[in-house]
Amino acid sequence: MEKVDTVEGRAIPFGRKNVDTDLIIPARWLKTISREGLGRGAFESVRAGNPDNVFDSEEFADAPILIAGDNFGCGSSREHAAWALLDMGVRAVIAPSFSDIFAGNAFKNGILTVVLPQEQVDRLLEVAKTDPISIDLDAQSVTTPFQDRFSFEIDPFRKHCLVEGLDEVGLTLTRDEAISRYEDRMSASKPWLARGTGVAA
Amino acid sequence: MASKPRTLYEKIFDAHVIERRDDGTCLIFIDRHLVHEVTSPQAFEALRMKGRTVRHPELTLAVPDHNLPTTPRLDARGERIPIADRESADQLAALERNAPEFGVRYFDATSSQQGIVHVVGPEQGFSLPGTTIVCGDSHTACHGGLGAWAFGIGTSEVEHVLATQTLLLRPSKTMEVRVEGQLGLGITAKDLIMHIIGVVGTAGGTGHVIEYRGKVFERMSVESRLTVCNMSIEAGARGGLIAPDETTFAYIKGRPFAPGADEWDDAVTYWKTLYTDPDAEFDRSVVIDAAEVEPSVTWGTSPEDVVAIGGTVPAPESFADPSKQEAARASLEYMDLAPGTRMQDVEVQNIFIGSCTNSRIEDLRAAAEVLRGRRKADNIKWAIVVPGSGLVKMQAEAEGLDKVFTDAGLEWREPGCSACLGMNPDKVPTGERSASTSNRNFVGRQGPGARTHLVSPAMAAAAAVTGRLTDVRELTREPA
Repeated sequence: MEKVDTVEGRAIPFGRKNVDTDLIIPARWLKTISREGLGRGAFESVRAGNPDNVFDSEEFADAPILIAGDNFGCGSSREHAAWALLDMGVRAVIAPSFSDIFAGNAFKNGILTVVLPQEQVDRLLEVAKTDPISIDLDAQSVTTPFQDRFSFEIDPFRKHCLVEGLDEVGLTLTRDEAISRYEDRMSASKPWLARGTGVAA
Repeated sequence: MASKPRTLYEKIFDAHVIERRDDGTCLIFIDRHLVHEVTSPQAFEALRMKGRTVRHPELTLAVPDHNLPTTPRLDARGERIPIADRESADQLAALERNAPEFGVRYFDATSSQQGIVHVVGPEQGFSLPGTTIVCGDSHTACHGGLGAWAFGIGTSEVEHVLATQTLLLRPSKTMEVRVEGQLGLGITAKDLIMHIIGVVGTAGGTGHVIEYRGKVFERMSVESRLTVCNMSIEAGARGGLIAPDETTFAYIKGRPFAPGADEWDDAVTYWKTLYTDPDAEFDRSVVIDAAEVEPSVTWGTSPEDVVAIGGTVPAPESFADPSKQEAARASLEYMDLAPGTRMQDVEVQNIFIGSCTNSRIEDLRAAAEVLRGRRKADNIKWAIVVPGSGLVKMQAEAEGLDKVFTDAGLEWREPGCSACLGMNPDKVPTGERSASTSNRNFVGRQGPGARTHLVSPAMAAAAAVTGRLTDVRELTREPA
């Protein structure tokens, strides 16, 4: 995973509430066995028949930040939503709240999810129309060229992984002994559980 | 016993902690993992690229469901009919290759055990009370109907589970949805969960695991409990569960992967410890009066846009929240509905009975009960019934339900996710409406421009008969 420190540049002022993952990437784009190229299908239904949409505007081409409303990424667990954003060039999403599954998927792909109160998000939506925005992960702050400075919270473990660009699977594999101890206990106390799809003796 | 009273979810969580870090993150053991063709290829690919193996192949079960066509899979000579859509065929081929390569049990598309992951898990006795169950699909909460802590995960987490049989998680907040009183005659689990989502809202359960409590759930069959828990994600909750009881144990006994006869008593002894302690506290509590639940139907493009079938399409101005007003306006434009329209006057052209929410045998029986001896209305262009698994299909055929459906003019299909999500050939045409027993009425969910009205199986059957959204009780009421 790429290391994340600051995300700076134009921000797509989308602002919509309850953006579901079907909206971010419709199901017909999920029939892929790779993670690449999904940006083409991102926000397809917003783009269709509406040439003035923010996603196709030249001004926001390659914008690294997306600003949205409450409950961003609700619905399906498809990680394709995070891959589609990444493929569009989005490295951070700012919203008043995120769905749990999307926030996890975003994190695992090095996309920063920044939670700010609605009035601060409203301010950033205003600024984003004309000016860039900067997110500093280390300082946990979002700033604008107009002296706005908003602090945000982030899970310390997630921050550590993002800053260091750590591979979570690799990290967990180093805990092999602890996992083995748990497994031994489980096999001894609940053999019927440990067997899974194996056939009973 | 001096230990702090705990909720059911907290008991299951604690029992699966391998390590607890200072920051509160826990390494959690995953007992059961379900895999399908759409959210797994990139996970297996990542294992292959990094030279990693599957830590516990016996704790993962793979079955294709999402993009399989629901038309016949074998020709007259018993040969497999290839999938026409190349990308879908490639995804299926990838799962067929990955499962044996990594030693994972696989149910082939043509076997009677194949079906929707969330129907197959409970049916095979793979999903058990008190377990942690994950799948790269947000409706995994479904298995919570057995008293499991089950939740949807992304593909990176699928990879993490395959490689380590664990996930890194922080404890969720706890939320109680307590339903008091009794459901009225003809009111189903689907009507109830839709009503609950209407009350809680699609973000109301975010960050929480819901426990459904009250006599209503204790009296419910396991299949109805699965329907309730299935839609927890539509209230924003990653997981939702119901405490296991004798009904649960009776359901599990004798299933292929369930504990055997000599282990049965041990398993039940453990499962009987799985309940919320009397003095345990929930972070949030919502109380619902069962008497208020009517047959539910959606009017908009969010599962929270629920109204009773006797109601009307709401005016956007009737919502207090300005952003909800705006969303309602957009919904009504997409749905082509005017405020004040009676729901019962809304004509539909398509009927879908199926999905992980409503494709089990009891769902099919409920729909067949309404359709028996009746015909679909002339304005219904497309009506399909898609059983949740090959075994459900066989059972339905043994009971003659397939004949009831086809006599009524509905098509009887092969198992799969079908028209729930518009990624296989089963789609609702642009601009047309469906009465659908699935779980999401999002924009474009059943196909580009498709307009979805979520309902219960009996309500979908009633809509098939009249050609419009209909209160099923009008069709099933005993003559005076």
